[in-house]
Amino acid sequence: MIAAFAFYLFAFVTLLSGVMVITARNPVHSVLFLILAFFNSAGLFVLLGAEFIAMILVIVYVGAVAVLFLFVVMMLDISFADLRKGVMQYIPVGLVAGGVLLAELIAIFVTWKFSDKAAENIAVPFVADNASAGVTNTEAIGQVLYTDYIFAFQVAGLILLVAMIGAIVLTYRRRPGVRRQIVSEQQARTVEESMEIKKVTPGTGV
Amino acid sequence: MELFDIGLNIGLAHYLTLAAILFTLGVFGIFLNRKNMIVILMCIELMLLAVNINFVAFSAHLGDLVGQIFSLFILTVAAAEAAIGLAILVTFFRLKGSIAVEDISSMKG
Repeated sequence: MIAAFAFYLFAFVTLLSGVMVITARNPVHSVLFLILAFFNSAGLFVLLGAEFIAMILVIVYVGAVAVLFLFVVMMLDISFADLRKGVMQYIPVGLVAGGVLLAELIAIFVTWKFSDKAAENIAVPFVADNASAGVTNTEAIGQVLYTDYIFAFQVAGLILLVAMIGAIVLTYRRRPGVRRQIVSEQQARTVEESMEIKKVTPGTGV
Repeated sequence: MELFDIGLNIGLAHYLTLAAILFTLGVFGIFLNRKNMIVILMCIELMLLAVNINFVAFSAHLGDLVGQIFSLFILTVAAAEAAIGLAILVTFFRLKGSIAVEDISSMKG
């Protein structure tokens, strides 16, 4: 009963904030509603028993991705009102595309049936034996992630490294007017090129 | 198994319906905000969230942990995608002073 109420609450708020993300006039509001959607989805994941994913969703999405969006939205000096001009003309084609997609997805879900052999194909079962053994969700994920999926895990790390380097390289810029320390040039200086002795004859100046 | 059981008995179908609606919202948002690059990126995040909900719902229903692990990898890729996308956006804004999608056509012949 309480689980059902929590599900409907989280699902309703998620969908409502999803609608607000795409309809809000101000992109800052869009980002804030995106954060709300992520929080409520984290609640849904907790309901499903996936606590680790829920916490990672809050940390990664709300803590990093959404704040990144917020920074960029506030940093760019854009008239967002101009970008919203002519929105109404795209509503029909959007409704058609979205409606077709939704109809297809619902058609799949209504006719969905699990095969009788689905239970045999479970790679890493976790429900019954974990609860009895007292293994938490995080522990169970760690036991699988660092053994069976170690290569995929390392590739994920590599993707993050490439993304980090790529973001830095893309946004780094040398400004011509700014004087900054260049260590190699400082080290390469010699006495001859940095000091000069001038003979000053009296009464003429340098 | 009764898949569509509207009511207090929350099952797989409820989560799948929620994810389907959320995914559709993401697609609709791309059409609706087709000038604003930032909102399009946010819509992509919404769609990835819907896919994550699907993965975790199936994982919980089947009792298979692999769905949650794939959901972790989707999260990783989504974070990398957001970082790179926003970096490209900022670079483009410095060059052109605009983020409207129709201005991003310099490569067109």
